[in-house]
Formats: sequence, C-alpha cells, structure tokens
Amino acid sequence: MTLLDFEHLGVRLGERPILRDVTLSVRAGEAVGLVGESGSGKSMTVKSVVRLLPDGATVDGSVRFEGIDVHAMSPAELRRFRSRDVAMVFQDPRATVNPVRTVGDFLTEVLRDQGIGRTEATRRAAGLLSEVGVGDAERRLSQRPYELSGGLLQRVVIAAALLTEPKLILADEPTTALDVTTQEEVVAILNEQRHRRSAALLFITHDLELAAAVCDRIAVMYAGEVVEILPAGQLHAGARHPYTRALLESRPGAVPPGERLRTVPGVPQSALTAPAGCVFADRCPLATDGCRDKRPVLLPIGAGLAACHLVREDS
Amino acid sequence: MKLLVKTPRRALPVAAVVCVLATSTALLAPWIAPHDPNAVDPLNAYAPISAAHPLGTDDLGRDLFSRLVAGARTSLFGPLVVVLAAGTAGTALAVAAAWFGGWFDNLVSRALDVLFAFPGLVLAITVAALFGTGFITPVVALSLAFVPVIARVMRAAALRERSLPYIEALRVQGFSGWHICRRHLLPNLAPLLLVQAAIGFGYAMIDLASISFLGLGLQPPAADWGLMIANGQPSILAGFPQQSLYAAIAVVITVVAFTAVAERLALRFGGDVR
Repeated sequence: MTLLDFEHLGVRLGERPILRDVTLSVRAGEAVGLVGESGSGKSMTVKSVVRLLPDGATVDGSVRFEGIDVHAMSPAELRRFRSRDVAMVFQDPRATVNPVRTVGDFLTEVLRDQGIGRTEATRRAAGLLSEVGVGDAERRLSQRPYELSGGLLQRVVIAAALLTEPKLILADEPTTALDVTTQEEVVAILNEQRHRRSAALLFITHDLELAAAVCDRIAVMYAGEVVEILPAGQLHAGARHPYTRALLESRPGAVPPGERLRTVPGVPQSALTAPAGCVFADRCPLATDGCRDKRPVLLPIGAGLAACHLVREDS
Repeated sequence: MKLLVKTPRRALPVAAVVCVLATSTALLAPWIAPHDPNAVDPLNAYAPISAAHPLGTDDLGRDLFSRLVAGARTSLFGPLVVVLAAGTAGTALAVAAAWFGGWFDNLVSRALDVLFAFPGLVLAITVAALFGTGFITPVVALSLAFVPVIARVMRAAALRERSLPYIEALRVQGFSGWHICRRHLLPNLAPLLLVQAAIGFGYAMIDLASISFLGLGLQPPAADWGLMIANGQPSILAGFPQQSLYAAIAVVITVVAFTAVAERLALRFGGDVR
C-alpha cells in the first residue's frame, strides 16, 4: 500500500525553481533513501511532506499521504497530521531542541498536548528512552539538552519521533552532526525501532553505503529532480543513470588505495541553474545535443526507474 | 541615549541595596513614616533637622522625611505600572508581528513607528492636558509611549528566535502557533524583557516626575517626588531649598540605582542598553 506519494512535485520561490519534478512513492513500512549532492533538493522534498516550505513558495503537483493531498489540508488537519502521522529527525539535535527545557519536557510535550496525563506521559517517555538505548532514563528526563552528548541527544530526538507512533519518519541527515563513532549506532537504533513499529522511513543522506544498508529503495536526486530510483541491493549493479554511476565512482572505496579519488566533473547545480532539458546534461560525460532539449521522464529500466534518454537505447 | 560611563563593578551591590531599600520603603511607607505626611503645622514651618523631624519640615510645617517616604510609593508605583503595561502590550504585539509576519508585521511595525515619532514626555503631557491630571492619565499615556520602545527590541529578538531550527521542529510536531509562542518563544524572550523593563523603569520614573513637576500629574497635597520638587520652588527663594533638594536627590539616586542594576542585567542576558 502506498503511504506517501509525490506526483510531479515542483516547488518555486517566485520565479526560481527549487524542486522541478519529484516523483516518488513510499509504501507503508518501507525505507526509502534520498541521496544526491548538496542543493539537489533532498531537504526540500522532505520538508514539503510536512508543508514546511519557505514563505511565498508555490507548489505544483502534489504530495499525498494515504491519498490525501498534504498541501490541501486545513490548518487543523495539518496539525493533526504533523502530530500523529509523521515525525521528523533533524540534522543537528542541539539546534532542534529548545535548550532551556528539560529532556522530560521535550519528550512529554506532544503527549501532554494530546491530552495524556503527566504521569502516563512521563512513564511512556522513560520507557522509550530505554528502548532507544538511553540508560538511567529517570535522571535523563530531568537533565537539559546541554548535559547530553550529541549522540545521546539525537537518541532522545528519535525517541520523541517514535513517541506518537507515526506511520512515517522523516530523517534529514540524522547523523551528519554527530561523531563518526556514534553515527552507526544512532542509525542502527533508528532503523531497528522503525522496523519494530513498521513505520516507513524517508532517509536523507550523503552516504551511499549507509543508504544501501538501511533502505529498501534508493532515490537519487539531482537539481530538484529524482533522476533514478533503485532497489538498495541493486545500487552497484543496477545503476543506469550516468549521475548515479558518477556518484558511485566518487566514493573513496571505488579506486585502489593511493590513487587519486574521482569526482563528478563540474559543480553541483541547483534547480535554478540546471539546463532545461535533462538536468544533468551539462556535467554528463555521455550527453548529446538531444539531452539538452528534451526532458527525460522516469521510466522503468532493469530493476528500477531512471530518467535518461541514453540508457533506454542500450538496454 | 548612550551610556558613556560603565558602572564600576563594586558599585553594583550598592545599587542593588538602594533598589531594595527604595522598594521596601514604598511598600512599608505608612509604617516607616514617623508623621502623617499631610499633617500641616504652620507654627513649625521650615523647622531644622531634629529628632522629631529627621529632615526638617516644609513651608507648611509638614514632616519632610514622612513626605519623602510616602512619596516613594507613588514615585515607584507609577513607573512599575508603566513598565508592566508597556511590557505586556509591547511584547504581545512584537511576538504576534514576528510570528505572523507579512502584512500584519508591516501594519504593526508602521503603527509603532508612528507612535515612536512622538517623544514619550510630549505625548504624556498632551494626553494629560486633554484628559485631565491625576495619577492614571499620565501613567496610561506614558505606557502608550513606551510600547514602541519595548516592542521594537522584542520584535527583533522574536524574529531571531522564530527563525531558529527548534521552532521549526516544534511546528513539525504539530503544535499550534499559540502553544509554541506561549511555551517556548515567550519564556526564551523573558530575560530580554526583564532587561527592557528594568531600563524602562528608570526612564519612566524621570518622565513621571517631570509630569508631576509640570503640574500635570498628581496634585497637591499628594506626596510625590516630582511634585515636591515643584512645590519647593518658592521656598528656595526664601532660602529653604530642603524640600526640592531632598526630593531631587531621591529621584536621582533611585533612577541611577535601577539603571545600574538594569545595565548589569543587560550584560548578563545580552540586551542592549539603548
């Protein structure tokens, strides 16, 4: 069953496009990874799910959650949707938790807002803290965010996200701000807990290996468009789009030790600077004149979907 | 107005003690004053300092110390009301403007600019002249004049706070704007409001004393420091400056003490001291 469905989603700020064409669906309980360079619109795609767009942004296409267009919800429906159906884990836990309130206040606030009593809310918060691997929950609840390490605080944020039993968890680079040593742990906990609750996950990351390990499917974004969608297991073998291949070849592990690392030639483009036809045409090693004129659409290729004029011919 | 001289560190405890003394004097005035501040005794006019009259008497033989003590009440209560009223209204407007943004923010900001263009004292004098003298009219007028001063600072702070990621995270959690403002935005702005109120207190006190001095505030025989300065003027010519002098000293010391404490609070909580 499709839980979340982006249909030709486009977001513009005045005349400037931020997202050009995002078509992607997330099934109930499925984990989908969003990868791509900075500025490719990954964060904006995720934010559009909870209607957290900049002031004055116009939206084309639709984002549907369980068939309901998120951008057509009334304010009351939107609040209900945000508080019960979806949860978000941000990049930097330090910045996204009110620094002057205690961890307990932070965790119980949503439940209290939904009319659950203080004792019950605290009991549930403490229970969840131990589930996400935060020991000594009682003491943690009375501490303030600055008293916790980044990794610990991100676990608290994950606990807060799980607290309302959402059907969908949005994770925007949840480990980027953390120590390398705690990154894996935090992702493992997030993944384990969402599996246990069979919640879907939309996971943004720069790390292709991490995305492949955590997710069922991977969507590659470039300049405000989804250019390829692949089953995670097929990431290496099944990648067809020249951009995905270029990304895979840029990983530090892709070349023998001692050799110069490869990069994707050129600079990352945003939806604003990308060419009118295929968004990747300017940097694509295979691009032909036709690529610049005509916009490719996402079509089934092999195990996944790709938006490229060239892969169609040779497959 | 820019404070050119920073209050020396060691003066701070003194200032704090003065603030506490002034406040407790105002609260306990009837029990501290040795005489009825309005009891006239013409035979005892201009009495020198004595055990019965610690600061002597005025032209009507009223005990100056008692009048000074009783005057603390009105002289401190007025600014307190101004600061509370302007702080509440100013913060509410500022937070609403910062939260909703767009045309509402424009409307509020322009209205505040217009109000800001009137010097507070002139506004208060105009209102007092139009609606009559007394305690309430100048206080209401001055509160109105202080709203834009506080609102401008609070709006800038609220805008900054609103753009922080934790506010966005709260919105994703489905909280209403009202809930976020009340439970998160306002508490986090409270230290700055405290600083603004403490600074405004000194200014309001001077303004209210000026209004009383001009005869547009409290009327004789009320004991009020501003009024005492004004009423003591004829006596100065008669060679007895005590009444005006003591009242003026009381105003200056209190204002300096409150402002020094406010300045310290500002340094501590990061407000600006204008």
